[in-house]
Amino acid sequence: MMKAKLFTGIAAAALAFGAGAAFADEDAELVINGEIEIVTKTAAPAHLDGALDEIMSGWRFRDSTTQAMEMDDFDNPGMLAVEDAREKWAMAEGSEGKSCMDCHGSPEDMAGVKPVYPKWNEGAQAVYTLQMQMNDCRENRMGAEPWKVDAGDALAMEGLLSSVSRGMPMNVAIDGPAQSTWEQGKELYYTRTGQLDLSCANCHEQNYGNMIRADHLSMGMVNAFPAYRLKDTKLVGVQSRFKGCVRDTRAETYNPGSPEFIALELYVASRGNGLSVEGPSVRN
Amino acid sequence: MASGVKPRVKSPKTASAGEVVTLKTLISHPMESGQRKDSDGNVIPRSIINRFTCELNGNMVVDVTLEPAISTNPYFEFEAKVDATGEFKFTWYDDDGDVYEDIQAIEVA
Amino acid sequence: MKLTRRDALAWGLGATAVAMLPMRAFAAIEDSIAEFTGGAEAGSGDISLDAPEIAENGNTVPVSVAAPGAVAIRLFAAGNPTPGVATFNFGPAAGSQSASTRIRLAGTQDVIAIAQMEDGSFIQTAKTVKVTIGGCGG
Repeated sequence: MMKAKLFTGIAAAALAFGAGAAFADEDAELVINGEIEIVTKTAAPAHLDGALDEIMSGWRFRDSTTQAMEMDDFDNPGMLAVEDAREKWAMAEGSEGKSCMDCHGSPEDMAGVKPVYPKWNEGAQAVYTLQMQMNDCRENRMGAEPWKVDAGDALAMEGLLSSVSRGMPMNVAIDGPAQSTWEQGKELYYTRTGQLDLSCANCHEQNYGNMIRADHLSMGMVNAFPAYRLKDTKLVGVQSRFKGCVRDTRAETYNPGSPEFIALELYVASRGNGLSVEGPSVRN
Repeated sequence: MASGVKPRVKSPKTASAGEVVTLKTLISHPMESGQRKDSDGNVIPRSIINRFTCELNGNMVVDVTLEPAISTNPYFEFEAKVDATGEFKFTWYDDDGDVYEDIQAIEVA
Repeated sequence: MKLTRRDALAWGLGATAVAMLPMRAFAAIEDSIAEFTGGAEAGSGDISLDAPEIAENGNTVPVSVAAPGAVAIRLFAAGNPTPGVATFNFGPAAGSQSASTRIRLAGTQDVIAIAQMEDGSFIQTAKTVKVTIGGCGG
């Protein structure tokens, strides 16, 4: 029995290693519901300065069955939460008796919002992620409790706002008042952390396309967040993923909502400028 | 009481007599397998959708017995032969006794 | 040891050649299958099972089964804590005796599909699915 188990383990690992080509069809195109064309591969933005020639959405790195699940809103389990959020959008909440709809109209009227987040907020004099902006509305205009970072409700709403912008190119600002935050994020991206002494760049810039054990490494783009992870069977947010990555380098991780992760989210989003907003996506 | 359980169905609105159509169904449900333990080490009891049926004009299309190995948010795709104008009835049965239903009309062109 | 047909069935061999064999709980899968077939042998026939060769994630693995003319098809995961996965019973309004769903697989193992035909006989097929445990993303 023991021998057979070892054989399975080795054979499985060997197969996973060799089967990189069988994984994703890296030339496949993503069209959702037969109509929304998603750019999953495009020229790298100028600020990357040659570090990458092309940028690719994580969709390209997943196997064909995972890719297929994202091509139809019915098949995409992430859309379940988005539908819930659509109902919440129209429901009044908080002391002011207002719903999102009262100020913002229909969710479709919010197209164009997701592609520019995270962005500088004049009133707060800080970079806001989309979730922070939603909480700002909730607290100051609805008189409602803010959502915890990456809480189910927050992710469902972020998923809704993302879904109405699908196909639009990511376009976060890296200059102006946001610049210093952006540079802080960039520095974090290239800083090695943890017992494994790995930076984001080590995996996602220098080793995308390779296998790390049985994971097919992507470029670490966030254009497709929130992502319905098959592993978690629910939507997962960007900063929760950052926390997981930093923890996986065996470092003391920052927390979702921390200034470090806000800066990192801005920087990583900018690395994907040009890719289409894709979320809610399906990932492994 | 399972909260937030929502059934969804994708079915055609029209078909010709005798046509075979594809039906897709999805229901949001955690499908707690009974294998997991909570932080105190106690087994989280099983709580799943245990049966799904689809009928067309009272005739059975498919009757599925689900076990905990069906993934969260159970998904089924199958085919039905449309005989006459009428309706599809989809029913999901929860371990906790709840029954969820969705009805979709179908018209024979 | 003489490999009886019952053993071959439990080991998931049949019309399809199986590259890897399940590592655990042979008794459980045998009993589970016997419950469905009443102990009858399941031979080869027109039954197909689609499952990925390598599942990107064991939590949600898409599979499809089809057996023209079947009354019911039962799915098993030989290496799961309990092998039964689902039973599809087809009625008069079914357009075909086929179905797709998403299942949980605890590890690399055989997925087995057994169909009960109208004449009371059984046919079966199996497929090995390798379930990977992630590197860092997992």
